[in-house]
Amino acid sequence: MYGRKVKLRVLFLIVLFSSIILTIFLILKSLEENVVYFLSPTEVKNLNELTQDKIRIGGMVKKNSINISSEKINFVITDFKNEINVVYSGLIPNLFQENKGVVAEGFLEDKNYFKAEKILAKHDENYMPPKIKEKLGEK
Amino acid sequence: MYKITEMKFFNQNKILNLSFRSQKIILIFFLLILSIGLFEALVLSPEDYLQGDAVRIMYVHVPAAWMSLGIFSFIAFLSVLVFIFKNKNFILIAKSIAPSGFIFNIIALVTGSIWGRPTWGTWWAWDARITSMLILALFYLMYLMAWRIFENKNYVLKVTSFIAIFGSINVPIVKFSVDWWSTLHQPSSVNLISKTTIHSSMLIPLSIMTAAFVLFSLLIFLMKYNTELIKIKNKGLDRL
Repeated sequence: MYGRKVKLRVLFLIVLFSSIILTIFLILKSLEENVVYFLSPTEVKNLNELTQDKIRIGGMVKKNSINISSEKINFVITDFKNEINVVYSGLIPNLFQENKGVVAEGFLEDKNYFKAEKILAKHDENYMPPKIKEKLGEK
Repeated sequence: MYKITEMKFFNQNKILNLSFRSQKIILIFFLLILSIGLFEALVLSPEDYLQGDAVRIMYVHVPAAWMSLGIFSFIAFLSVLVFIFKNKNFILIAKSIAPSGFIFNIIALVTGSIWGRPTWGTWWAWDARITSMLILALFYLMYLMAWRIFENKNYVLKVTSFIAIFGSINVPIVKFSVDWWSTLHQPSSVNLISKTTIHSSMLIPLSIMTAAFVLFSLLIFLMKYNTELIKIKNKGLDRL
């Protein structure tokens, strides 16, 4: 139905597309460490050696773990398998709460202790009015 | 058969007339739906249990991001057709729809930044979603610039098509970045397959605003498309 040239061009595009996709896949795969924005506490546990570099750790703020004193704040980041203690002094975002997502940027002192320089709140995909939230809370 | 469709496509006077008349109707509809959408979004819809009033930024941010992704996919699709079938009418459509996609991309980045400051605590994060969205904006920019830079007609066709086809690889990366990697950006809330996690009272303004943005794109597209047709007509030449 179509001419030979049209078929050739389709073939060319298919080959081009697959080669680009494969290249990009390989690049992203090899750069995975840098593409992820933060590590979970479990991933930190599984690190072979402590990095001296600045890293980010993300997870949930453990319930009843926030401890605010005059010059610093302590809390625990958990992914419900492993936990890590975080110490931080500075401004915290409004959405920083217990049982909510958080990303801390800073340095690992050891595998259980993280010194944060910056705290970001992570919002989840749930959007609802306060009344609905209250009802959900009652259940 | 090819001849007949070509004739239909290039009946420029008819297309011009039709698009001039439809522009006014679309403008009225756009203003109407936009005002309803803004009223819903800013007044009627409730605030979020966690973010408070900052959730209202979402009603611009999310539709704008959808539009920019959708328009780029459409441009890439047209570019593939242009490359395979050498149908030059498609490239005019792609050229005319590109500016509104770029504008929506910028709107999505800027509103996201404004939302990020009070909720996350930062204007910008180099996470996979935000970075890939920036790359999409750069592809839009390249695409639009290529149209201005290259004078040679055959050359500009090829260059712009290839920019669109290359850039289209980035579209699924933008879409699935939040599922593939850990990102600061939250995963998508409006899902076709899994459960939608936005309360219905917030879904209403979101859909109205999306409709308004679609109309806006259509309006800008028709204006641009008209200009292109008039350009060709006045030159009285080459039908591209």
